[in-house]
Amino acid sequence: MPSRIVTLTVNDQDVEFLAKPGTTLLTALREHLGLTGAKRGCAQGGCGACTVIVDDRPVPSCLIPLETIDGSAVRTVEGLAADGELSPLQQAFVDGFATQCGYCTAGMLMSATALLEERPNATREDVIRAISGNVCRCTGYAAIVDAVLMAADAQRTGDARLVAAE
Amino acid sequence: MSSRHVEIDGSYFADEREADFFAIGTPAPRTDARGHVTGQTQFFEDVSYPRLTHLAMHRSARHHARIRSLDVAPALATPGVLRVLTHADVPNNWYTILRLIGVEPDDEPVLAEEKVRYLGEPICAVVAETEAAAREGASRIVVEYEDLEPVLDVEEALKPDAPIVNERHGHNYFTYEGHDCRRIRFGDVEKGFAESDRIFKFTYQSSPIEHAPVETTGCIVKPEADGRLKIHTDTQACYFTLDNTALMIGTPFNKLRVIGGTVGGGFGGKVDVMVEPVACLAAMATNRPVKYVYSRAEEMQVSSARAAERITIEDGVTNDGRILARKVRMLVDSGAYSRHSPYGTTKAAAHMPGPYTIPNVWVDAYCVYTNRTPSSAMRGFGVTIADFALESQLDRIARELGIDPLVMRLKNAYRDGDMKAHRKIVEGAALVEVMQRAAELVGHELPEHYRTMSSMSGEGL
Repeated sequence: MPSRIVTLTVNDQDVEFLAKPGTTLLTALREHLGLTGAKRGCAQGGCGACTVIVDDRPVPSCLIPLETIDGSAVRTVEGLAADGELSPLQQAFVDGFATQCGYCTAGMLMSATALLEERPNATREDVIRAISGNVCRCTGYAAIVDAVLMAADAQRTGDARLVAAE
Repeated sequence: MSSRHVEIDGSYFADEREADFFAIGTPAPRTDARGHVTGQTQFFEDVSYPRLTHLAMHRSARHHARIRSLDVAPALATPGVLRVLTHADVPNNWYTILRLIGVEPDDEPVLAEEKVRYLGEPICAVVAETEAAAREGASRIVVEYEDLEPVLDVEEALKPDAPIVNERHGHNYFTYEGHDCRRIRFGDVEKGFAESDRIFKFTYQSSPIEHAPVETTGCIVKPEADGRLKIHTDTQACYFTLDNTALMIGTPFNKLRVIGGTVGGGFGGKVDVMVEPVACLAAMATNRPVKYVYSRAEEMQVSSARAAERITIEDGVTNDGRILARKVRMLVDSGAYSRHSPYGTTKAAAHMPGPYTIPNVWVDAYCVYTNRTPSSAMRGFGVTIADFALESQLDRIARELGIDPLVMRLKNAYRDGDMKAHRKIVEGAALVEVMQRAAELVGHELPEHYRTMSSMSGEGL
C-alpha cells in the first residue's frame, strides 16, 4: 500500500504527514513533530501513557493508525499550557504532588482534561473511571484523583491558586 | 492540601532534640513537577538522532539448554539489518554486577555462550535501520538447542543430584565465606527451644514480582567525534552503569559519558546493567547511534524480578508471648545468575529476627540458582518478603496464644541498647513509641503497662 497524505490540526496548528500505512499517531507526534510528551509505555494500548485527545476524546495514540483520523483535531500535553500559563489541571498536579516519576503524567492530564471538558462537575467516581486506563506504577492515584477534583473546583471558581492555597 | 501536610508529634523524645526541625513536615514544591506536567521533562527515549539504528535481541527459547549451533545468516539477509552481534563480539563477556564491590565469581555472560540458563536469556543482538527490521531479523535467527533438565524449584536445586544451573559456581548456591548459605548464629537456639512453652513452625512463600515500570528499560548510545560514547539511559545507577559497561566492553571509563537521572519508574528494576553494554558495542560496530529499548513483553519476561522466597520460621515462645528462640531456613531464588541476590540474601538473613529482641537466633539463608529469570533489586529486597513472613508469624502465634498481636510485638520489641542477632546494637529504635501512637490513632486499646513502656529503657518489660 502506498503512503498517503494525512492532514491534522495538532495543538491548533495545521500539519501534514506523508504516512506509511500503519504509522501510529504516537509515532507521528514523537518522531515527526518532536512532541515527546506522550510516552510509549507498552505500545499495545494497555498503559495510557500515550493518551492524547482526538476530536475531544481521549485515545491511546499508540493504537491509532494515522490514516484513520485524517482531518481530525489532536491535542497533546504540550498544548495545555500553550501560552506559558499552566492550566488549572496542570497547576493542581503541581500543587497537589500528583507527579512522581512523571512518565504517566501526560496521559493522566489528557484523560482528565477530556473529562473536565465533558463534565465540569465530575465526581470522584467519574475521575476514577476517566483515568482507569492510565497506569501509574509509582501508585500516586490518590493524589492524582484529588488533583483532578481540585482543578474541577478551581475551574468553577476561576482561580486555581486560590483553591490550591486552601 | 492538608492531607499532604504531616504534623510532627513533638511530644515524644522532646529532650532528645537539639534543634527545632522545620523542613520535615513542611510541603516544598517538587522541582521537576513543571517539566512533568508540560511534557518537557526529557526521558532517554525523547532524545533523537539522525541515522538512528535499532537493536533487537534474539532470546533463548529454553530454560536450560546447550547451544549446539547458531545461524545468524537469515538475520543478516533481512532487508535493513546492518549487524548481528554474538558473545564473540563482547570483549569481556563474563561479569557479575557487584564485582565493583568485590563480589565473585563472574557468573553471567552479556550474550549467551555455549549454554542458556533461563527462558529469554539474550543470545544475539540484531542492529537494523528500523525497529521493525531489527525485530524481524532477530526472529529469523536459528538456534539449535540440546535440551538440559531445567531446575525450577529452590528445594530441588539444593538436592545433591540436581543438575548444575551455573557452572561458574559449581553448585546451585552462592558461597558465603566458605559456607553454603549466609549464616547467623546468636545464643543457643536449642537451649531456647528447651526453655520455651510452645514451638511454632510455619513456612511462607512468595512468587517473583515484576516492577513493571511504565517506561521500559532502554538506552540510546551515540558515538561522538572524539571517540567517546554518549549514553542516554533510564538506569537508576549512572556510575554503576558506566563502570560495569566500561569493564564489559573493555574501554577506559572516560570513553563513556552517561546521561541519566530521569527514570520513568524504577523501583530497583533499573539497577542491573542489561542494555547499555550491548548498545555501546553496536554503536561502535556501526559507528551510528543505536537505540535498544525493551518491549513491554521483554520488560515482563526478562527484566529482573523481586526474588521468590521460601522461608521457614521456627519460634520457641513462652505462654505469655516472649520469643526465646528463632530458627530460620530461607531459600532465595536468584534465578540463573547472581546479580544483586547474594547481597539481598545477606540483608534478608540479618533481618529475620525482625525488630524484635530474640536471645537465641539461628539463620541459614541460601541464595539459590535455578533456571528461572534472574532476580535482583526491588524496593527493600531481602527485607520485604522477610517482613511478610515474620509479621505473619507473629500474628499466628499471638492468635494461638490468645494474646493481642500488638501486645505480643511490644513484649518483644527491641529497645535502645539491645544486641541484635547480627551483632549490631540497637540505637534510636522508637519502635515502642510508634506502636503506642499507632494504637492510639486507630483506637486500639492497650493495657496501661504497654501504654507507658519506653524504647529508651527496659521499663515495662
